Amino acid sequence: MAQSKASSTAKKKSGASRSADGKAGNGKAAGAKPKLPSKKEARGLLQRMMIIRRFEEEAGRQYQKAKAGGFLHLAIGEEATIVGTTSVMRDDDYLIGTYRTHGHAIARGTDPKRVMSELFGREGGTSGGRGGSMHIFDLERRFMGGYGIVGGTLPLAAGLGLASDYKGEDSVTVCMFGDGATNTGNFGETMNLAALWKLPVVFLVENNLYGMGTSLERHSAVTDLSEKASCLGVPGESVDGMDVLAVRECVSEHIRKARENRQPTMVEAFTYRYRGHSAADPEVYREREEVEEWQRKDPIESFARRLVDEGPLSESDVEGMREEAERIVLEAVKFADASPEPDLASLYDHLYVVGDQVPGWYAVDERSPDPHPGEEEREAGERAQQLAQKGAAYAGPEAAAQRRDEGDRPDPESAPGPTAPGTEAPEEGDGEPHEESG
Amino acid sequence: MAVVRMREALRDAMAEEMRRDESVFLIGEDVGVFQGAFKVSEGLLDEFGEKRVRDTPISENTIVGTGVGAAMGGLRPIVEIMTVNFALLAMDMIVNHAAAIPYMFGGQVRVPLVVRMPGGGGHQLGPTHSHSLEAMFLQIPGLLVACPSTPADGKGLLKAAIRDDNPVIFIEHESLYGSRGEVPDDDDHVLNFGDAAIRREGGDVTIVGLLRMAETADKAAQTLSHEHGVESEVVDPRTLRPLDLDTILESVAKTNHVVIVEEGWPHGGVGANLAALIQGQAFDHLDAPVQRVTGADVPMPYSKRLEQAAMPHSEHVVSAALASLEGSI
Repeated sequence: MAQSKASSTAKKKSGASRSADGKAGNGKAAGAKPKLPSKKEARGLLQRMMIIRRFEEEAGRQYQKAKAGGFLHLAIGEEATIVGTTSVMRDDDYLIGTYRTHGHAIARGTDPKRVMSELFGREGGTSGGRGGSMHIFDLERRFMGGYGIVGGTLPLAAGLGLASDYKGEDSVTVCMFGDGATNTGNFGETMNLAALWKLPVVFLVENNLYGMGTSLERHSAVTDLSEKASCLGVPGESVDGMDVLAVRECVSEHIRKARENRQPTMVEAFTYRYRGHSAADPEVYREREEVEEWQRKDPIESFARRLVDEGPLSESDVEGMREEAERIVLEAVKFADASPEPDLASLYDHLYVVGDQVPGWYAVDERSPDPHPGEEEREAGERAQQLAQKGAAYAGPEAAAQRRDEGDRPDPESAPGPTAPGTEAPEEGDGEPHEESG
Repeated sequence: MAVVRMREALRDAMAEEMRRDESVFLIGEDVGVFQGAFKVSEGLLDEFGEKRVRDTPISENTIVGTGVGAAMGGLRPIVEIMTVNFALLAMDMIVNHAAAIPYMFGGQVRVPLVVRMPGGGGHQLGPTHSHSLEAMFLQIPGLLVACPSTPADGKGLLKAAIRDDNPVIFIEHESLYGSRGEVPDDDDHVLNFGDAAIRREGGDVTIVGLLRMAETADKAAQTLSHEHGVESEVVDPRTLRPLDLDTILESVAKTNHVVIVEEGWPHGGVGANLAALIQGQAFDHLDAPVQRVTGADVPMPYSKRLEQAAMPHSEHVVSAALASLEGSI
């Protein structure tokens, strides 16, 4: 564990400089309490946050049951930043995000059933099981994707902004990324280009204070991220990302600047993920007290409390909304469970748009003694189909159990860290590697 | 038919497609005011203006990424990267994004993007401006790869690339920009991807050469015919993805001997790939092992003497063909 020494240094530093009071260092975020919107709107915001929270909790549970594979990055704690942002976007605005975007898609209107099915790798998923948790996408709702490469979305956002500009449309692109992405080369390159070309993009950094396990002050020389792009022509502002109304107010103004003034800007939303970076995060880099401190200003609980205190909703309204979220999420699981596994013959589908005028081989399938063009997988010989079935059998429970017996499983000690209360212990390992890389 | 240089043929292809389709535009370093590092975009800024011919900062990954995003947003960008070597700075956008997005999002969105870039040695530009990296792009599922060797192919393939809905890596050769050839001047001179050209017919040995090595293959074929009485069939694949494997296999079935010549490196090269496909699918037709002629397995040296020594020449090809014929079983 080459990390352990550095981690203990990080622990000492955490807490004081990153209090959960919404100022989180630069003192710019807190201000007068934003006014409550209409009852209907307030209800919508709270309901969406609750659905995302329940969805994420359930996704974590399903992951422990090995229904979802790969890496799982949960946004529990970050709901206000997500919902506050999407609630002030127009239908024709583009949203693009990271590998932690189940909630972003849901907030944009994607059916949680389709998101859960994608986590399960099923045909009914947003990408038919080709993308998984890190790569949710919904063109119809202009949710232009979750992506697994940190900082990779920044240039794509510039391109989407350019497309709107080029076509003379006034849609805006909102690009959400983590604090870690501000250290990539793309950050500097894209900010410069966006400012130079006056692209209608709002860059929103979901500053949850850690790039995986490395805290902000250990990964960024400039810790006021709202200022980090200003020397490149992209001015910024910080906001309390735990307050859905504050996020709304702030992002709405920045969207207006992008739409009307063609001025790209940066919003730094202070937020916090209660769970680890991914499901395989032992969380040696932070103290439980820090997590609990942030949980005390939980975006859902604090907003619900305010709505009850100030009148628009009753306790029983809130309870009813919790039940509604529960119902929607359990239905999503049921739907995903029932959704079929992808057809093996579809392996090469969507790889290319195969034109009629093209006589050549696009892809070469060399996995059987009778190689054939991949685009003809559906017409592949019997032997190729049998081999595909044999390959797919390795995904079955028996093969997984065998891999577990052979010692190929994550260390159960390292799975749950000091996470949210109510976190369940893993019910079973899934036999897949759970190391993180990005 | 007019006789034009490769760079003009490529320029005409872009101009015609930009006139035809408002969503086509060109971005890259010095493509506008400077008119292209190799003068391929000469005159385009004057005709189409700054909205459609955009000079960019030196930010390769972001240039390509902006192209990918714009393509997802409904445009048809042409991105010029100054040399193949610089494209390495944009590999994340090319491999992790352009190539993967259509597949990983289940076909919801397409990336109709062309990334043009010149490669190849011969100008003493040393190890950071002279390489031939076709094989690197060929390896990536999701990309199409074109490598034209004549002005007519350059124009016809570039027009096809711009109209195609897949991301296309369009590799040009620095030494071919000045080469002349007859090019059909009609707007619909659009070639098929995956359609190899048989440059010369012959029954003794098949020589496959791409980009500048298509010329080298042809020169070797002349020598083989004049000095050795060997008749070569010279095949230019023109696109590596999709690959016209059928034409190559048919030729091998006829000649039973094959030499593959490329400027790139031997390990994991275009020839290595093709040799595997040929031996797998035409083993019974081969009378000798597949011969490969490649660039030397070194970063390209600067010294003119060393650089020329590192590049494949027609003598290498002649020698490989004769070795294949001698090795007949």
